[in-house]
Amino acid sequence: MAETLLVFLPLIGSIIAGIIVFMPAEDKLRKHQLDLLAQVVTCGLLLVSALLAVYLFYDVGIRGNARTTELFTWISSGAFELSWALKVDTLTVVMMIVVTGVSAMVHVYSVGYMHHDPCVPRFMSYLSLFTFFMLMLITSDNLVQLFFGWEGVGLASYLLIGFWYHRPSANAAAIKAFVVNRVGDFGFGLGIFATFMLFDTVHLDTIFAAVPNHTGSVLNIFGGEFHALTIICLLLFLGAMGKSAQLGLHTWLPDAMEGPTPVSALIHAATMVTAGVFMVARLSPMFEYSDTALTVVTLVGGTTAIFAATVGCVQNDIKRVIAYSTCSQLGYMFFACGVSAYSAGIFHLMTHGFFKALLFLGAGSVIHAMSDEQDMRKMGGIWKMIPVTYSLMWIGSLALAGVPPFAGYFSKDIILESAYASHTGIGQYAFWMGILAATLTAFYSWRLLFMTFHGAPRADDRVMAHVHESPKVMIVPLIVLALGAILAGLLAHDLFVGEKAATFWAAAIQILPSHPALANAHHVPGWVKYLPLVVGILGISTAYVLYVMRPDLPPKIAGKAQGLYKFLLNKWYFDELYDAIFVKPAFKIGRALWKGGDGALIDGIGPDGVSNAVRVLSRRVAALQTGYLYHYAFAMLIGIAALISWYIFLKGA
Amino acid sequence: MFEIGLSHYLSVAAILFTLGIFGIFLNRKNVIIILMSVELMLLAVNINLVSFSAFLGDLMGQVFAMLVLTVAAAEAAIGLAILVIFFRNRGTIAVEDINMMKG
Repeated sequence: MAETLLVFLPLIGSIIAGIIVFMPAEDKLRKHQLDLLAQVVTCGLLLVSALLAVYLFYDVGIRGNARTTELFTWISSGAFELSWALKVDTLTVVMMIVVTGVSAMVHVYSVGYMHHDPCVPRFMSYLSLFTFFMLMLITSDNLVQLFFGWEGVGLASYLLIGFWYHRPSANAAAIKAFVVNRVGDFGFGLGIFATFMLFDTVHLDTIFAAVPNHTGSVLNIFGGEFHALTIICLLLFLGAMGKSAQLGLHTWLPDAMEGPTPVSALIHAATMVTAGVFMVARLSPMFEYSDTALTVVTLVGGTTAIFAATVGCVQNDIKRVIAYSTCSQLGYMFFACGVSAYSAGIFHLMTHGFFKALLFLGAGSVIHAMSDEQDMRKMGGIWKMIPVTYSLMWIGSLALAGVPPFAGYFSKDIILESAYASHTGIGQYAFWMGILAATLTAFYSWRLLFMTFHGAPRADDRVMAHVHESPKVMIVPLIVLALGAILAGLLAHDLFVGEKAATFWAAAIQILPSHPALANAHHVPGWVKYLPLVVGILGISTAYVLYVMRPDLPPKIAGKAQGLYKFLLNKWYFDELYDAIFVKPAFKIGRALWKGGDGALIDGIGPDGVSNAVRVLSRRVAALQTGYLYHYAFAMLIGIAALISWYIFLKGA
Repeated sequence: MFEIGLSHYLSVAAILFTLGIFGIFLNRKNVIIILMSVELMLLAVNINLVSFSAFLGDLMGQVFAMLVLTVAAAEAAIGLAILVIFFRNRGTIAVEDINMMKG
């Protein structure tokens, strides 16, 4: 019951807010009332959902009442049967806490952040709709419902990135996000088909039970025989790469920052982008049987972590820095899953959800204060003016950089230790990439802090005079998230990856005895435990030297290493590469098909051709109608003559 | 001895009929001439009817001839009446100018 309510309350909120969108608002007062109604309804329902999530966490996570509620049959076609169902186990409730918790905070925050916007009900409706789809995704008990939620959050993401649809850049970013995700979703779809082919079902529990019998199965693809589970896992992982913005399919995430900041916090940091990690963890019984797939996951995760961190170091847009940071942290979660430390990945997912949402919403607060300025080069020297936001950003950054006792410290450490303890080549790669990325993470986090809040003010006087602390309705959610960022790691450490982990996770995550990385993580050498902290402090002090003590140094360094700087500033030229390989040729093909195929061939012969022929013919026929009486008489005569001749000579004969 | 027989009557009728036809569509001047040509064709038919009636000894043909005459008279009356109205409306009854049905 509780889980049904939890999932569907946001949908109800979304529908109500959606109806309010279409209500006529005669004057300002009425419009204000409608806005308020939409805000109260969606926020209220979301808060109820969040409370239910806490209850479920206690019921399922602590008391171990994992269960599946079938709502009703969805598809029943031959052997292909599935129903809408709510599967609630530990993995689900952890995600529920993150999704509804962050979502509720973002809803409340949006009340303040969006109050100037003319389309408040629409925004609230989209946010709630997103939450519903995300909850559908995490409560799914079969792959198809998972896909439903997966596409649903994609849709909500599209709608929210393009929320300010009068901006061409927002529309372009929305389309880009959707199209890049299509690439991943294509893999996901194929993965589901392959699963059905191999297991004759898409029901998760049935699949997991059958996996051990299929370790030797092969799939025939294009004449070659491949290990079936590896193929399935890799295809599904392709979907996860798209949704979670991993290297190769990451290009949409930074552009997605075109959306309003609360959207970036909710969808593009805390929840939707973590769906890929959730999926890999959910399918752990399958991934466990394919070492190749796990190696790929680790490789992609580790590479993304370092890639995004390097790019994050040179970006100037405050939101883009955090976006790349998200990308990098998602890399951590993936390589945690790749070394079979799924629970560590989910642990980081949860703590990251809190502190990254905090960072984004804090950045939103800064942007709000700076009159919608996002360029860090035009900020600085405002920390005394907005002390609350400033301190909250510090908390978020400390958690992100992994400084004890903040949340990120626990989750990042256990991930790095697991990678080290996996004792595989790829695990070592991930470990060192993770250490490097941790250095850079600390560096760019404090670069962000110093550039935004310290130094000489670089904004003009008009903006500086207007700098103000955000209203309470924005600050309170930040404080709640900050509490999460401080305490989540400390409180959850034992449950997630400590002594109680085995009973906590129960059957939600399965790890083969041959993959003991997580178990060994507690027995790594001392230097592995302390290295992340040391490099974190190293990164922070580097940022302090470069951006507070000697602010003249960074431009000099950029000038010295021109090539490297350009390479990083242009994000490793991924966008340019894709532009040249895919986008431009696609445009060319599209233009050729449009002009040549559709315009000239189909239209030319089809509708336009027919209508042209009819026009020409009818003009000729019309020309026969001279209007002169004697012409008609002549025609009649000829006709009669012909008729009679025919009658007499042919019929008669 | 030269005797005027059926074929002569029929020839006259045919000549009259042809004249009527040519009168209709070689004439570019006046609608009245068309009406007259129609009359000419009707008369040609009448001659046919009467001559066949005499030749076959069947009175039916002559009855039909009377009927055709009556109808022709009525037709001429209506045709002329239309022509008068037409002239009042358009100020001309030249065949050249009557082409309102031109496509």
